[in-house]
Amino acid sequence: MSWLNRVRNSLSSLGAAKEQIPDNLWIKCPNCGEMLFTKDYEANLSVCPRCDHHGRIGTDARLSQILDAGFQLLPSPRVKDDPLKFRDSKKYTDRLKAARAANPHHDALTNALGTIDGHRAVVGVQDFFFMAGSMGVAVGAAFVSGVERAIKERAPYIICTAAGGARMQEGILSLMQMPKATVALRRLRAAGLPYIVVLTDPTTGGVTASYAMLGDIHIAEPGCLIGFAGQRVIQDTIREKLPEGFQRAEYLHAHGMVDMVVRRPELKATLAMLLSYMCNKAA
Amino acid sequence: MISYLEFEKPVAALESRIAELRTTAAEGDLDISAEVTRLERKSADLLASTYRALTPWQKTQVARHPMRPHFVDYVRMIFTDFVPLGGDRTFGEDYAIIGGFATIQGRKVMLIGHENGHDTATRIKHNFGMGKPEGYRKATRLMELAGRFGLPVVTLVDTKGAFPGVEAEERGQAEAIARATEACLALPVPMVAVIVGEGGSGGAVALASASRVLMLEHAVYSVISPEGCASILWRTPEKASDAAEAMKVTAQDLHGLKVIERIVQEPVGGAHRDPEMTAKMLSNALVEELDKLGRLSPAEIIAKREERFLAIGQD
Repeated sequence: MSWLNRVRNSLSSLGAAKEQIPDNLWIKCPNCGEMLFTKDYEANLSVCPRCDHHGRIGTDARLSQILDAGFQLLPSPRVKDDPLKFRDSKKYTDRLKAARAANPHHDALTNALGTIDGHRAVVGVQDFFFMAGSMGVAVGAAFVSGVERAIKERAPYIICTAAGGARMQEGILSLMQMPKATVALRRLRAAGLPYIVVLTDPTTGGVTASYAMLGDIHIAEPGCLIGFAGQRVIQDTIREKLPEGFQRAEYLHAHGMVDMVVRRPELKATLAMLLSYMCNKAA
Repeated sequence: MISYLEFEKPVAALESRIAELRTTAAEGDLDISAEVTRLERKSADLLASTYRALTPWQKTQVARHPMRPHFVDYVRMIFTDFVPLGGDRTFGEDYAIIGGFATIQGRKVMLIGHENGHDTATRIKHNFGMGKPEGYRKATRLMELAGRFGLPVVTLVDTKGAFPGVEAEERGQAEAIARATEACLALPVPMVAVIVGEGGSGGAVALASASRVLMLEHAVYSVISPEGCASILWRTPEKASDAAEAMKVTAQDLHGLKVIERIVQEPVGGAHRDPEMTAKMLSNALVEELDKLGRLSPAEIIAKREERFLAIGQD
């Protein structure tokens, strides 16, 4: 039995050695399961080199992928936390605290002012890692302030959407962000400025049914989920199997809802090219 | 024959006792009129006190009551000369969302709303009030038409939500809702929306992004159904009552949050107990609101409506 103990001991020492390796050194592709070096994966814009799965990325990564170096983060308006004093299994204020502790930003939508291959733009990014990107009063207010800044700067507004939908903990007030964001977009349009939507994984619910579907141009990242109703809800309603690729970027493209599906490495150049056509008018 | 909700059982018991006494009285020559009067008074008091203290979840059930009046009933009771207009000019007709020219107390308007149906056949025809993209696109078309011809828009909102189906998604349910919301906000004419039953999520807001939003006393309006919210946050639809409470879905709560401007009283025991009276009160409220808004210029109408939505939740 001594050989077995020896193997056991060496195995446990292997385990101990492994603990010293930072646990984020490797990352598993959520689609194909391939183990990837985190560094390589991030250098590849969080796209799996094996299956081309576009992983979810946070605000800062997204901004630095789209904007030229030296962009400026814009402050978001502060709104009242927890307007309904909402509590489910946890208090909403505790959920917010936890989200803020785990994220460099104060809520799920952050704007930045900068250039995209030299074209000035205000870019808003919705962060799925902050309470599933959900749209509450803070997100609505940030969206409006991003659009207002774009109008002031005579620059286009670009939004990268990602949301599980409306933030239920803010009840009806989250629903009211749909018309609120739409008011801002009407003003952007009246100012003659372009509005481009980059749909990323996932974009659903009230976000899709308002500012995500009102773009002059809709770009979607490959494979991303885009829809109004949740798949489980639809399945419970129709009691049939959902079609292959349902609510994915390519499916929406085939059904005329997005202009193009663009891989992440080509996103910045695509935006710059679009802006070169759309920001042609003399200011 | 009224159908009683679970929490109305004590009232139902009293009512059946009264009916029994009446039958007995009709058979014999016992004078029980004093007892009947006493019980009727007790029953009316109990109904009134029950309805004064409805919980958000009880209100949700009243809002969904199968006998609650809805679009076609209000068309009959409030409006004259209703001229239904059909189709989105792109795909088809959707009977879950109905609209057309109508006259209310002599004022010509564009009337649009959800229709739920009142029995199995009509509920299927109207898809239980759950609109599809073609329904929302028809609403957009009718609102644009109303704007061009100077007709104020009245909407009656009553939907669990927009239809969650494969074809609805393929035809752009989200885009159709977004465009209808935008069409409300672009109207150079007054728009008054009334949540008459259930105002469910994006499917409701697409017809309710109005200058003035009214709610019937026991209507509910929310971002997701209480059952849906409970399934996600409490992981069981059984907690719908808690979810309804937490989400603040009642007219009284939403008035406090400045999401709606006005509550239209219902008869004691809810709209379904006296639809005619409900319709009369609603008609008068609508006319008052339309007349107030009618004094504004098109630019003022748009600006005020925009300010209304920019301000919600900001204080």
